[in-house]
Amino acid sequence: MKEILDILEKNAKLTVAEVAVLTGLDEKDVSTAIAEYEQDSVILGYKAIINWDKTDTDLITAIIEVKLVPQRDKGFDSIAERIYKYPQVKACWLMSGSYDLSVMIEGKHIKEVAMFVSEKLAVIDGVFSTATHFVLKKYKDGNIIFEGIEKDDREAIVL
Amino acid sequence: MSSPEKYVKNSVREMPPSGIRKYFDLINEMEDVISLGIGEPDFITPWQIREAGIYALEKGRTHYSANAGIRELRDEISEYLKRKYDIAYDAADEIIVTVGASEGIDLALKAILEPGDEVVVPEPSFVAYKGCVNVSGGIPVSLELKEENLFKIDPAELEAAITEKTKAVIIPFPNNPTGSVMTGEELEEVVKVLKNKDVVIISDEIYSELTYGFEFRSLATFPEIKEKLIVVNGFSKSHAMTGWRIGFVCGNKEIIKHMFKIHQYTLMCAPTPAQYAGIEALRNCDAEVERMIKEYDRRRKFILNGIRDLGLKCFEPQGAFYIFPNITSTGLSSDEFCEGLLKSERVLMVPGTAFGDCGEGYVRATYASSLENIKEALVRTERFIKGLQEK
Ligand SMILES: Cc1ncc(COP(=O)(O)O)c(C=O)c1O
Repeated sequence: MKEILDILEKNAKLTVAEVAVLTGLDEKDVSTAIAEYEQDSVILGYKAIINWDKTDTDLITAIIEVKLVPQRDKGFDSIAERIYKYPQVKACWLMSGSYDLSVMIEGKHIKEVAMFVSEKLAVIDGVFSTATHFVLKKYKDGNIIFEGIEKDDREAIVL
Repeated sequence: MSSPEKYVKNSVREMPPSGIRKYFDLINEMEDVISLGIGEPDFITPWQIREAGIYALEKGRTHYSANAGIRELRDEISEYLKRKYDIAYDAADEIIVTVGASEGIDLALKAILEPGDEVVVPEPSFVAYKGCVNVSGGIPVSLELKEENLFKIDPAELEAAITEKTKAVIIPFPNNPTGSVMTGEELEEVVKVLKNKDVVIISDEIYSELTYGFEFRSLATFPEIKEKLIVVNGFSKSHAMTGWRIGFVCGNKEIIKHMFKIHQYTLMCAPTPAQYAGIEALRNCDAEVERMIKEYDRRRKFILNGIRDLGLKCFEPQGAFYIFPNITSTGLSSDEFCEGLLKSERVLMVPGTAFGDCGEGYVRATYASSLENIKEALVRTERFIKGLQEK
């Protein structure tokens, strides 16, 4: 059944019938399995991967290194929660190494992101320091290469 | 005959031009063709292998290598064959790195055939076998593989095909174009026939990695025939490396040492950067190969299901990346089917007759193409077949 996850992770648009053919499983078993994965939050959602640079939408991404002061009894989790609940925060990871949280933020322009960091993030109790890095260009994201995809230029017939 | 063509030797002049010439011409004038006619992986060589090739160039590894191939690569091949198929070939004197499996086939035939020697060639199969036999002065004798036998060799028919003129037998599994594979038990029966015959066996195992649902068994696992066996294999299909032109051939050292001389005089060595890439391929890429096999297997199931849904009878392929539907129910010949499908729906498949006369009634489609392409090709083919029925 894990194969279903593998297939959907690459292409969530496939129908249940198609997934059934690809795996050699019964259509009914596939739809039951998918329903269970959804219920158990193994499958958390389905979405399109969009290269916003190709649209006229303004979007800027920043990665913020956050150092924390651990809190008695709570560790990092409760501070992280106060951070990741902001909708501007697209991803939040606890890291090993020289800082503690890696926080990915999206905004319309640099100012918006800077304001968020200085007014919302940096002032949270337990946040010791922040370092903001703006993303200049996305080459690959979510395992998808954004540009320069290699085309199928094979000869039309090979015996 | 006064044209300069007279200088070309008979056996070559008489070789028929490829039956698919006209498809090249047709396609050149068309756009938006979906080709399921390509006998090579759609995957690009895994990046780490390409990286190794690039590194070899950076390091200036642009010279001839040892004629038999870089020793490190031959060691790697020996280890790989042991690990994957439990067969033992000595890197020192039983393996030659060739310019593709193609050269391996040619070398073997060049080394063993006297003019007029017969070679049993199961058909339908890869076109190069017959061509290379002819060029080497031999006579190909076709052994028909039948759909009712799942396109496998029938031991009794093999027995009957071998005469005192037979010098060699080609064993082509997993098969291009049928996708048929012989199991270990089925091979045992074939080996029983071959072990009593004074013939060389050339086993083309280039698709050995690409089997679905069961373990591939190499003919080299049968000690009773190993002495007179030549195994051809390589990287082209398994590691998506067709354009690198690298492969290998293994056999008893008493045969290999003579094949080696021909290789040395005709090719010197396989491309050196490709050999370095080959080391990486065998050493560190099992996971990549696994990923590609999985993808082929899914598409295999998808295309088989789709073709049967079109109402065509279709044998379930178990290896390589081809499917070989029976199109006789459409009332068309293979060639009419493929030409009609191409002209009206811009989908290219290859007529079964390109792989031998007994391929009549079948077409070869490859699933080494993206799932989207396969889906769209099936939709178009359905429209084509519906159109036939309305006529
Ligand atoms: C059955 C078979 N053998 C050998 C080859 C040639 O392989 P290579 O590219 O390694 O020369 C092919 C290629 O299509 C093939 O289908």
